[in-house]
Parts: sequence; structure tokens; C-alpha cells
Amino acid sequence: MDKKEKEPVFSAKNLKLLTEPFGKNNPITVQVLGICSALAVTVKLKPAIVMALSVTIVTAVSNLVIAAMRKFIPDRIRIIVQLVVIATMVILVDQFLKAYVFDVSKQLSVFVGLIITNCILMGRLEAFAMANKPWPSFIDGIGNGAGYGLILVVVSFIRELFGSGTIYGYPVLEKLGLYKTGYENNGMVILPPMALILVGLIIWFQRSRDKSLVEKQ
Amino acid sequence: MNSLRKKLDKLKPHFSKGGRFEKLQSVFDGFEAFMFVSDKVTFKGSHIRDPLDLKRTMTVVIIALLPALLFGSYNTGLQHFRSVGIDPSLFQAFWFGFLRILPLIIVSYVVGLGIEFIAAQIRGHEINEGYLVTGLLIPLIMPIDIPLWMLALAVAFSVILGKEVFGGTGMNIFNPALLARAFVFFSYPAWMTGDNVWTEGLTAGKNIVDGFSGATPLSLCAAGEITKLPSFMQMFLGFIPGSVGETSTVAILIGAVILIITGVGSWKIIAGVFAGGMGMGLLLNAVSLNAYMELPFYYHFVMGGFAFGAVFMATDPVSGSQTEKGKWIYGILIGVLSILIRVLNPAYPEGVMLAILLMNLFAPLIDYFVVQSNIKKRLKRAKVALKTSVK
Repeated sequence: MDKKEKEPVFSAKNLKLLTEPFGKNNPITVQVLGICSALAVTVKLKPAIVMALSVTIVTAVSNLVIAAMRKFIPDRIRIIVQLVVIATMVILVDQFLKAYVFDVSKQLSVFVGLIITNCILMGRLEAFAMANKPWPSFIDGIGNGAGYGLILVVVSFIRELFGSGTIYGYPVLEKLGLYKTGYENNGMVILPPMALILVGLIIWFQRSRDKSLVEKQ
Repeated sequence: MNSLRKKLDKLKPHFSKGGRFEKLQSVFDGFEAFMFVSDKVTFKGSHIRDPLDLKRTMTVVIIALLPALLFGSYNTGLQHFRSVGIDPSLFQAFWFGFLRILPLIIVSYVVGLGIEFIAAQIRGHEINEGYLVTGLLIPLIMPIDIPLWMLALAVAFSVILGKEVFGGTGMNIFNPALLARAFVFFSYPAWMTGDNVWTEGLTAGKNIVDGFSGATPLSLCAAGEITKLPSFMQMFLGFIPGSVGETSTVAILIGAVILIITGVGSWKIIAGVFAGGMGMGLLLNAVSLNAYMELPFYYHFVMGGFAFGAVFMATDPVSGSQTEKGKWIYGILIGVLSILIRVLNPAYPEGVMLAILLMNLFAPLIDYFVVQSNIKKRLKRAKVALKTSVK
């Protein structure tokens, strides 16, 4: 389908769709969407990565599906149609996780199911997929899912390192012999409030680097 | 003092605009203002300057804290010697405790002031005395055995995320000293709970004599061993294990008198906290489902950090309520919540810290409603006056 389009597959516009969610238009730090799951699943790196991949796949595919049938969806019931598509995708992903990474699926518990209510998904479908062609919508979904995932990975990396002393389950701090010097894991980093503080710090950092994000007073 | 003045005058051009150390101007200004009365005068608008500036206020609080600090030094030594079964002399106990507290104070000031200095350079603000009190309060509300790196981390957390993020001294939502304690409390609970952490050397298990448990009155209460409580007088005078500065209600009351006489601390907040604690204590007495609830209300005043929190923490003019009526509401709710958390929540033997932090969050809301109700009242009065004058 790409060759018949007038613009190339990865035109500057499409590339922008892919890269903008990492910085200027990050779903978590700029649009402040999907915060609840970012707080809940970022205690360890592994579930965070799985969650990030799940959200990326669900966003991308539902964007694609909705964009493909955007002209046939009656305006009045579009939210219901979007929800059906998202829910289908989420159930597929959930079943897949249960089949192949059962332990992670256990850790993520309800949060995979709650992807359905993740604001990023509805936001992308309403704001982008309903008004754009399938291919850009797909790229937009990948970009937003990955931008969400990036924050998840950064936060969970910090929380796992300082809260449990491990990186992806590997006991780094113990191997470094840090505990012998009297170091202890920080219990507060494991608590959800710390994830909120970390996300806040990331927003602070991003805004101090990119002044265009700061609101005019 | 004169030679210091001369030296400072000689150095001043280097730190002024165009000088070699232009970037460090605020550091220089900070030192100069700390040593001498500022010679800055206003040029426009109001020409009256209150001599009670931040520096004066902070110094008064430091003086008010001294009795608690001195007694804390003595008690730290006393508890330690008791735990190993020695009967120390007054000076022996004091000196031992003082040497143990000194590192805590030094770490607290070095880390906290260091961050304040750096933040002031980055923002181009003047350095102010905001941290002087916080820096002394933090060691006073920590267990004596806390590792210094934890203290440093807690101080950094509270100064950066509790104060600098919001715009520095005077802009913080929460009391920075309590934030540091809350950080340790939630991050390293093993160092903030249990019976061993409150007496010097107990965690290391140095030869403890039989019969010395190190349990604080509050942990005894939480464990349901009300009968083992020390006498009221003992707790009032403060010869009990606990955080460094909070054990002696007498020393704290001396501080309270200084704060109230100088007008630095609000007597309404202090009275409100005690009134709220009394009300809640009496209510629990009336319900009286277990032995802890039957405890007379005045016992709560002398146990744990209740008095210290009421006098030195709740009265923080930045994070507390500003309106006069609001101060009463704010104080009373702190008292009520403290006792409520203490008695009814088994997870937290001490509730003062959490109660004050929670009410810090609500202080602006309380002020808002007090101001609004005042506006409404006056509007009504004005309308009535208008009506009668029309008639």
C-alpha cells in the first residue's frame, strides 16, 4: 500500500510523528496522560518493559484499525466502536502475556486489562486516527506507545536500582559490594508516591532544557 | 568585629559587578548580612523597615531550641550509660551525648546550606537564613543512631524537593524538617521504628544490661504495655528514650515561652494543638475500648514528639495557617489527628509528624475559607447598613 501513496513511507512528516512523542509531545511528561499505570508498574524494569510493549502494540494496531474504518464509523457511536477495538486488542495481548510470560502477567495483574482505560489510547484514536490515513496513524501509535514506554523504562530503572538494588533482576549493588559499606535499599522508592516524584523531576528536567514547553504567564 | 568589617569592605569590590568573583556575589552578601546588620535602605514607596527580619526571627528560634538541644545532649548520654549499666555524672553524660549529636548537626548544616548556596547561585537569589533553623531541627527529630549518609540524603531530599522546587525559603508547602524525617521514616523504616534505634549503641548490640529495653513510651503504648509506662513526671522531665530533642517537655516549654514572648511563634497554634489533643484524648477516654484509649489525655502531651511538634513544627509561619482564625483551626486539627493516628492506627505509633504534614497541605485551604467567610460577613453587614440608610 505504501508504494501507491504519493509521499514516501518515512517522509519527514511521518518521521516527526514517530519522534515527537519522545520529546516535545511526550504522552506522560507533556500531555500528562497514562499517569496511573506509570506509577503502578514501574517498581521493576521487567514488568515496565512488558507494559510498554503491550501499550505500544495496542495503540499502534487500534490506531491502524480505526484509521482504516474511520469513514464508516457513525459519529455518534464512535467512542463505543473505538472501545471495542481497543478491548479486543487488549484481550489478545493479555492472553498472549498469560501464555508466554506468565510471571510478568501476574505482576502486571489488572493493569494490562486497564490499558483499555489508558487515556493515551483514547486520546490518539480521537485526536489522530479518526482524521488520518492508516499508515501515519500506525506510526503515530508506535511513536506514542514508545514515548510512554521510554518514561516507564527510565522511571522503573531508577526505582529498581535504588529500591531493590538490581537492574533487570541482576543484583548490581550486591556485586559491587555496596551493602558491606552500610548502604541500604530505599523503601520509599518502591512506594507509588516516589514514581510520581520521579515523573515530576523528569518533567522539570525536560522543561528546563526546552523552554518552549513552559506556559506563558 | 572592626577588623572583620574592614576585611569585608576590602573584599567587597571583588564580589561586586565586574569583580573577579562576581558569580559568588550572593555568597558574599549572605555572609555580610549574617555578620552585620544590612545597610540596605528602601528608595521607593514605604520607608519603614521592621527590624524583625528573617535573620532575627531565625536567631530567636535557634535560642528557643537551645534548651531542648542541651537536654537532648544530656539525655542521649544518660540513656546510653543506662543501657550499659553505668551511672554517669552530669557532665559525663552531657559530653558523651554532645559528641554524638555534633556530627548530625554538622552533616545537616553542611549538606543543607551547601544546596542552598548552589541554588542561590543558579537562580541569582540572595542567600538567606531560611535553613538555619531547619538545619538544627532535623538532628533534633532524628534517632541518635541514624547513619550520617541517610541523614545527608534526607536533608538533600527535603531541601531540594521540599523547598527549592517551590522557589526557596518562604515558598515551601511542607515543613522541610518534617519532610526530612518523613523521608527517613518511609525510606529506611528499620532506622526509625522499633526499640533499638532510640538509644546510642543499641543497634550495634553493645553489652546491654538486663532490664533495659530502650522502648519509648509510645512503642510501649502501641504494644499494649501501658502498665510499663514511666511515670508522668519522668516523661515530663524527659529522662526517657526518644528522638534527640523531643523527650523533655520542660525544655520544650521553655522554648515555647521564648517563642511566644518574642511573638515569633503563634501562641494560637500551640494552644490549638494542645486543645485538639485534649479534646481527642477526652473523646477516646469516653469511648474507652482498650487500655490505650483510657490513658489520661495529659499523658499524650509528654509522650513522643507531641510537644515538640506543637511548639517548633506547627508554628512554622511558612507552612502553617496565616489568618488568626485559621491558626486555631489548623492547630486544633493537628492535635486531633496526632492523637487519632497514635491511638487508632497500629502501623504508626507516632502521629504528630504525619498530622502536621497533612495539615500543612490544608493550611492554604483553611486560610481561603477564613478569608472568604470574612468577606461574606462584611458584605452582609454593608448591605444591611445600606438598606437602613436608604430607609
